[in-house]
Amino acid sequence: MSSNGRLLEVEDLVVHYPVPRGLVGTVSRRPRQLVRAVDGVSFSLARGELLALVGESGCGKTTTAQTVLRLVEPAAGRITFDGRDITSATNRAMRPLRRRMQIIYQDPYESLDPRLTVRGTVEEPLLIHREGGSKEQRAELVRDALVRVELTPPELFLGRYPHELSGGQRQRVAIAASIVLGPELLVADEPVSMLDVSVRAGVLALLDRLREGGLGVLMITHDLSTAARFADRIAVMYLGRIVEQGPASAVVGDPQHPYTKALLSVVPRRDPRDRTKPQILTGEAPDAVRIPPGCRFHPRCPIAIAECREIDPALEPAGSGQGHEAACILAG
Amino acid sequence: MSALLELEDLHVWFDLEGGRELHAVQGVSLALESGQRLGLVGESGCGKTTTVLGLLGLLPPSASVSGRVLLNGRDILAGGEETIRPHRWTDLAIVFQGAMNALNPVQTVSAQIVEALEVHGLASGRAARTRVSELLEAVGIPRDRGERFPHEFSGGMRQRAAMAMALACNPSVLVTDEPTTALDVMVQAQILQLLDSLCRDFGLALLLVTHDLPVVAQLCDRAAVMYAGEIVERGPVDGLFHEPRHPYTRLLFAATPDLHGNGTPVSIPGAPPRLDRPLAGCPFQPRCDRAFARCVDERPLLRTLDGERAAACHLNDLVAVRR
Amino acid sequence: MSVAVREPGAVIESEPVRSRRGLVWQAVRRRPSAVVGAVLLLLVLLGAVLAPVLAPYGLHEQAGPVFGHPSWSHPLGLDDGGIDIVTLLMWGARTSLVVGFAATFVSMVIGGAVGVAAGYFGGKVDTVLMRITDYFLVIPDVPLMIVVAAIWGPSLFHIVIVIGILLWTSTARVIRAQVKSVRERVYVKRARALGAGHARIVFRHVLPQVAPLLIANTVLTIAVAIFDETALSFLGLGDPSRISLGKMIENAFQRAAISTGAWWAIIPPGALVAVIILSCSLVGGAIEDVLNPRLRVAHLSARSFRLRPLVGRSADAL
Repeated sequence: MSSNGRLLEVEDLVVHYPVPRGLVGTVSRRPRQLVRAVDGVSFSLARGELLALVGESGCGKTTTAQTVLRLVEPAAGRITFDGRDITSATNRAMRPLRRRMQIIYQDPYESLDPRLTVRGTVEEPLLIHREGGSKEQRAELVRDALVRVELTPPELFLGRYPHELSGGQRQRVAIAASIVLGPELLVADEPVSMLDVSVRAGVLALLDRLREGGLGVLMITHDLSTAARFADRIAVMYLGRIVEQGPASAVVGDPQHPYTKALLSVVPRRDPRDRTKPQILTGEAPDAVRIPPGCRFHPRCPIAIAECREIDPALEPAGSGQGHEAACILAG
Repeated sequence: MSALLELEDLHVWFDLEGGRELHAVQGVSLALESGQRLGLVGESGCGKTTTVLGLLGLLPPSASVSGRVLLNGRDILAGGEETIRPHRWTDLAIVFQGAMNALNPVQTVSAQIVEALEVHGLASGRAARTRVSELLEAVGIPRDRGERFPHEFSGGMRQRAAMAMALACNPSVLVTDEPTTALDVMVQAQILQLLDSLCRDFGLALLLVTHDLPVVAQLCDRAAVMYAGEIVERGPVDGLFHEPRHPYTRLLFAATPDLHGNGTPVSIPGAPPRLDRPLAGCPFQPRCDRAFARCVDERPLLRTLDGERAAACHLNDLVAVRR
Repeated sequence: MSVAVREPGAVIESEPVRSRRGLVWQAVRRRPSAVVGAVLLLLVLLGAVLAPVLAPYGLHEQAGPVFGHPSWSHPLGLDDGGIDIVTLLMWGARTSLVVGFAATFVSMVIGGAVGVAAGYFGGKVDTVLMRITDYFLVIPDVPLMIVVAAIWGPSLFHIVIVIGILLWTSTARVIRAQVKSVRERVYVKRARALGAGHARIVFRHVLPQVAPLLIANTVLTIAVAIFDETALSFLGLGDPSRISLGKMIENAFQRAAISTGAWWAIIPPGALVAVIILSCSLVGGAIEDVLNPRLRVAHLSARSFRLRPLVGRSADAL
């Protein structure tokens, strides 16, 4: 049991990928360039909390999530899971921990092995970790997991193959397989972006209910509206850093960082009468190899001043407090 | 005044193994006036993409089509490929779903747009290149970038290139299928802004096909909601959101999360019906929260309610119905 | 008043989709060429396997004069030793097929193991294994066989080993490519994230996806193996104590069948080899075709849809 009740703590996480040089580059000994996918990220996740990591493509949110589970190796920083430092834990040491931290992926059509039935898929984690006891006991756990993801009656689904299920159902099966071992942390990488709109809310509500049972959920999403409605806290990422984080209502209702403000202003609204004034930033985010000096957002920032080119701001309390932070020297 | 583009009772069937058929589009009728923006909204499998492919005559050999496609009053579907072809690209242009990924990787972007011009005999050589520069400028691609290859472009830029190609022959109607689906929200905003200005500057009529309701709410003035191959409700976007006259429209909006707003989105239980067998009653009935006896037996027809509003729901026939 | 709503979990009745299990069988069944190939192969196999029982004459029984002409009692005539050619064909096919299958088995085992290891582990393992594969790729078959025959004497066993060693490389490459792609599939990544060990992932998730391709590759390899055996035997490097199809052709050449005009001593064995190879290719090719991800072509082909009369069912609203 950790001392301060935090399920997951990440400090100054750094993940780099070398850019392949090619033959000419290698021969001419061009200096190796690095893609700084994650460049100093810190956050924490409490039990029963849903934290949404939002940002555009290339911001490093997916890499962060995978590194937290040690599926990707960090170059620097520290990852603490339930009080235990797992940053450089060996594969063998990670093995028992893997039952306590699970991941679900974006694509429900690829997440499930097409050759396994629903029963096979949901039972597999039990077999891998040699849990569950006898065959009957395992069957019971599998049935229980299916009920928890609202695939009822479970008997209707046990013998089905993935191709006989809809996208939403497949995603629920993937979730069932993730919770059958009773994990404490669930990483959800764009869990609903490939599902139909009418089905998304159900799957998200399911994650919400699981969260109420004490599960900590780290959700990666590019959809700010989803994050606004379902997350407890939101962390906005840009080019490998968190530029703003805090309670969802605070980040969405009272954004402090100019990037967050711009992003929120361009999200299309449901109500045709809500035509906001979009603050459309020009161009696209630079690639993570050439990160601008000073504040990495300054080239596109609508309110940048001279100092922004020199100072690389850290996350400081901003807005209403209560854990609301922004990395901007001009933030309130 | 006849509409610029009209679809009249369009049906599309696909042949399936074993002699069966998939009735993918079941009697779709639409009208698009010049300068109008119509959103065709629906989820996967509702038939919206098949509808626009049908209207452009771009269906595979396993498809059969019936209905009329009236361009300025003339039925261009009647003669099949013969009558549609002359209008493709010159009057009706389309930016396909995933068009940004369908650019020829071994040709520069400029060369591909020139090809569109040359194929239609509109320009060649220097005239073509000039026109290409104009188009690239119109879509916001810096001139010199035109000589680059698609893989050197970002996703947003490739989408712009695809749009430039669609505009090459000065069409009067632009159809875009999921134009922003694979793009980041900021790039999406840029593309939507571009669509907005292009339609205004070039006087285009826009048919926007998408599953994304908020995009339609922001960009279009009118929308038609499709479900199970047919249009279930149609009208000004404002009315669709504030006073939906079909339960699916209402529930679809309710399932869509909004950035600011109090409610939590709610799913619609169940799944759309199979379209390879004849349906009795309303196709939405099994999932509807307001269905009653008549809905099981009798299939509702799309009826005009007032002005431009139309809906296919028996509830609208009930006197003093409380919504 | 409202009718009961279906549960969120209600299963959609989907169309009966073919499971991957029947994929190989389906592939063969749906293409007439593959069916022909399969039937021919089956006939040849039957003839070869049942040679001791079915052969009309004894293998060493001199049933007539040297290069006797085809007749009713000997449809394909007699060879240079007066032995019935049909009998020889059956026994010869037997040997050729044995070598073909055995060599293919060797190559499949080695190639499969190397391909899986290289594709799954990647990195240094991959590099090293692929280098080794490259070295084997450049070894010429005939000189190798000559060397082996010179040192250890020509025998069936040696031929099998030599052909096996030469053929595993293409299998390894094909399997490696497939394993690499399967390894990136989301459900494999999920299994790794779950904590599954390598063995489990390879045997339960990777191999089942690779198996159909392995089968296709195997069938095609058999064709090549048989061809190789025929060629080696024809060059006199085969097992002198056994009759194989290649040996029959060699014998015919050596014993002046051509100048005598005894076409029945040369053409039937060659034709039979061709038939076997063709059949294997048809069957293997059909399996491969079905397995290749089909390009999404013809989705937007113009001038191809059909027009139907107006339906007239729709609404009054236009």
